[in-house]
Amino acid sequence: MTRIAVVDYGAGNLVSIGQALQAVGADVELVDRGESLDRFDGLVVPGVGAARPAMNRLRRRGLLEPVLGWLAADRPYLGICLGLQLLFEGSDEDGATTFGVLPGRTIKLVDAPRLPHIGWNQVELRRPHALFDGIPDGSNFYFVHSYAGEPDASAADAILATTTHGTAFTSAVARGPIAGVQFHPERSGRDGLRFLSNFVGSLRSPAFAGGASTSAVVAAVGAA
Amino acid sequence: MLCYRVIPCLDVANGRVVKGTRFVDLVDEGDPPELAERYAHEGADELVFLDITAAPEGRGTLLDIVERTARRAFIPLTVGGGVRRVEEMRDVLRAGADKVSLNTAAVSDPSLVSRCARRFGRQAVVVAIDAKRRPPDPAAPEAVTWQVFVKGGREATALDAVEWAARAAALGAGELLVTSIDRDGTRSGYDTDLLRAISRSVEVPVVASGGAATPADFVAAIRDGEADAVLAASMFHRRMFSIADVKAAMAAAGLPVRIDREAVA
Repeated sequence: MTRIAVVDYGAGNLVSIGQALQAVGADVELVDRGESLDRFDGLVVPGVGAARPAMNRLRRRGLLEPVLGWLAADRPYLGICLGLQLLFEGSDEDGATTFGVLPGRTIKLVDAPRLPHIGWNQVELRRPHALFDGIPDGSNFYFVHSYAGEPDASAADAILATTTHGTAFTSAVARGPIAGVQFHPERSGRDGLRFLSNFVGSLRSPAFAGGASTSAVVAAVGAA
Repeated sequence: MLCYRVIPCLDVANGRVVKGTRFVDLVDEGDPPELAERYAHEGADELVFLDITAAPEGRGTLLDIVERTARRAFIPLTVGGGVRRVEEMRDVLRAGADKVSLNTAAVSDPSLVSRCARRFGRQAVVVAIDAKRRPPDPAAPEAVTWQVFVKGGREATALDAVEWAARAAALGAGELLVTSIDRDGTRSGYDTDLLRAISRSVEVPVVASGGAATPADFVAAIRDGEADAVLAASMFHRRMFSIADVKAAMAAAGLPVRIDREAVA
């Protein structure tokens, strides 16, 4: 079974991400203190809210180093919401310095008619990617945020998808095995489960192509 | 483009879903996680649980319901009713809720809103406002105002609903859930004047509640009330209209909605 560590740094609802990953067949463990992550196949960093308290909590719990080590080793990472924003160099929300794995910053959504941006919005793919196998371009995912990570021009290759609220912002990034999404797949119904199933599947086999197996998992969850 | 959300609301008392008229005369409507899952499959964009008994001894039951629901319905869940302290909000989030709705406790201690927002982020904090139209002032019969009620609509406060809405948003609420007590359970449509007045006074999303009877009411809450999301209870529980019916009417009116291509009718 695919073993996934969900990093728990005391940031609210981890139940839904844990349940959703289990529903698509992963073996999930919450990791809330510094320890070796060697036994895991993938790392999920969830979270909502501001970057500075998150960085402080990660540091206090001894989690920052293992997470940075994981990223430096180029191992499979999925950042959700704040977990995506942390990949960049820093956040305008509170001036925090973050992981710095991707060149760019977390900035406030520009010209947004309402903030926070709460609800279902379309994820427009910039390029095909295994994480979106079986998910039509423009599908709706659930967002809850006021800030978003924006890659520098030098990291434009990392942009996987964009979404528009006021102006367009980056809603998914991927560079090698390191990925992040601004939306909440664990709260995005069937397409969200399909996305997570694709992530779990990609850990099992690099050649994972989605399709029938993904649909079967999602159908089984729907019928449960 | 951001979709307008359709949100079934499950009023929970003693572990069961109930529905009353103008907040009283409760009728049993089913098992909370079961109904929640059904709505998720039918294309609900989000779910709201309001624990209307909100008795401290019922807290364990509520957390259990939240946990069972989070395991079955992979859409956002807001829980309200009786949360008075930051630690209680933490427990509800840990059980699997995404947002917590504060009502009476926010009115008696507005600092609770800012403390919860600081701790969990403003996106997790919803302030619910139960409002009732004041009788017209003979000196200014044109001016409509609304009074805030607490304790499940039983107790009047001195607060003006529009002013309280702006203050709650400034304190850190990430969303406002606005219920018209006059319309609740009456199937006479949302109070669009109330919704518009509040919507124009804040930057955060406004969820319309109280009075839905037909899909046209949802369209009116958005077009005339300028709401960002629409909530209903008995209309869905009693299957008078489905979520798909409501979304079809909204789409026909040119409002962006999420059409779940695999939704169960």
